[in-house]
Amino acid sequence: MVGPPQPSFGEPSPGGPDSFGQARRGSRLLGSGRGAVAVSTASTIVVLAALAALFLLAPGSAAVRHTFFNPADMWKSLIGDPRAGYYSVGEALWLNIRMFLAAEVLILIVAMVIAVIRQTDSPVMFPLRIVSTIYVDVFRGVPLILVIFAIGFGLPALNLGFVSTQSAAVYGVAALVLSYSAYVSEVYRAGLNSVHQSQVAAARSLGLSHTSALRYVILPQAVRNIIPPLLNDFISLQKDTALVGVLGAIEANKAAEIFSDTVFNYSSYVVAAILFLILTIPLARFTDHLIARDRRRRLAGGAT
Amino acid sequence: MSQDPAGLSGKPAETDAVIIEGLRKSFGTNLVLDGIDLSVASHEVICLIGASGSGKSTLLRCLNLLEPIDAGRIVLWGQDVTQPGIDQNRVRRSVGIVFQAFNLFPHMTVLRNVTLAPVKALSASRREAEQEARALLDRFGLLDKQADYPDRLSGGQQQRVAIVRALAMRPRLMLLDEVTSALDPELVAEVLDVIRELAASGMTMLLATHEMSFARDIANRVCFLADGRIIEQGPPGELFTSPRDERTQRFLRRITDAGRL
Repeated sequence: MVGPPQPSFGEPSPGGPDSFGQARRGSRLLGSGRGAVAVSTASTIVVLAALAALFLLAPGSAAVRHTFFNPADMWKSLIGDPRAGYYSVGEALWLNIRMFLAAEVLILIVAMVIAVIRQTDSPVMFPLRIVSTIYVDVFRGVPLILVIFAIGFGLPALNLGFVSTQSAAVYGVAALVLSYSAYVSEVYRAGLNSVHQSQVAAARSLGLSHTSALRYVILPQAVRNIIPPLLNDFISLQKDTALVGVLGAIEANKAAEIFSDTVFNYSSYVVAAILFLILTIPLARFTDHLIARDRRRRLAGGAT
Repeated sequence: MSQDPAGLSGKPAETDAVIIEGLRKSFGTNLVLDGIDLSVASHEVICLIGASGSGKSTLLRCLNLLEPIDAGRIVLWGQDVTQPGIDQNRVRRSVGIVFQAFNLFPHMTVLRNVTLAPVKALSASRREAEQEARALLDRFGLLDKQADYPDRLSGGQQQRVAIVRALAMRPRLMLLDEVTSALDPELVAEVLDVIRELAASGMTMLLATHEMSFARDIANRVCFLADGRIIEQGPPGELFTSPRDERTQRFLRRITDAGRL
């Protein structure tokens, strides 16, 4: 959080907050010190072995391994075979990625507009404020899958020309944007509130207009503060693109479903799960990295 | 452009930079300013003293239009800036204010901090604004800090940058709100030196301060505030040595006892 600048005098504080940071240098996942690495390695092996034993010794283990973890079926579903009646899960994931990227950009814009509208206090903006508040309340409350149904089946049924003739993926993105913008606008709002009022005063006192103060002073600091929670929402968004499959868009989850319906084997779902993990884990680690960096900066007494 | 109608200050009207009449301001039920009357001549340096909560900061914030006032009027260079329809941004551009907590923009370099308002509010070209900013930074010994972010600077340096940032708008009036109160004692002097130089250059200034010896040194006039009113005012030599009002005497005695006068 970037508060009003603290009087920091450029000297590192020995034995202060920094020494706490140093004790935690190295991997935060493993703990610190050579002994800690040995202990965490051993305990990891024990836990994994116990879980593996539980899985392998269960009465239905063989059946589950065959229906969910069959290497041949996993490979077949990953590659796909249109002549056999199923799509490549790997290729279908590309649609998830495209939907994610399109939705992400739109959400960032729509959510910011909503947040800024809700933060205004001029009476002229009252109707817009009310509409924005209702919008956020409604779309945070309605399950995403229902929004997808409403948009994906409702808009085509309207017979409204352009609006009713889009692909399932487009309706899916629209539903994702509607739903997620409501959440993300609240994240933005928290970010705007986290910028100290004295920054507004400083900007306005220089003769900057309300808009300029917002644009050059408040928003940049707000956005910086909310990057970790924002990325968290986007990790969620990445996997929620799978829900668009209910509209018939051939994304990874839908391709896996078609495979399992055709071949009567669920290994394709495991493939889809692994592919989603490959997508989300880097983003999750990146988020952790940003949070850790932010924490170090705060301990060092300011934001650079 | 109305002239000083009542000749309140007793001086020719055109020299009055600031005229405050019957200024009242409250926050909720808390009456902070209870009828302030004050006029400030051009090039005059006025120090506002008084206990915390006496209304010094609020008065300065009202002058910069950061706080809407409840009653009274503020006339700057003959123009009533408290009447409706006034372009507040334009008024603020000619009135610089520096805060106790510096309030630099932490996400911008020193140079950007100083040039932001000239570029965005005065539509100066970036090159021009940077040239002027560098000249100002140089004047106050901060040129080598131009590329640094505020958190790399000492408190004294940050406050000097804040002063430069206000000066970059070429204000005709500077308001300094306890600008040394957040500083470590050894950093106070460098900021006071800057203010001294400003005063010497003829800048019209209003300072809220707890630095009594500095006030005595720099002010043309000292105003003692209590309970949202100016209780007593006069040249520093007079007010500090022979205060007439009992409240002023009590305040100064406390300050003296604390070893700050």
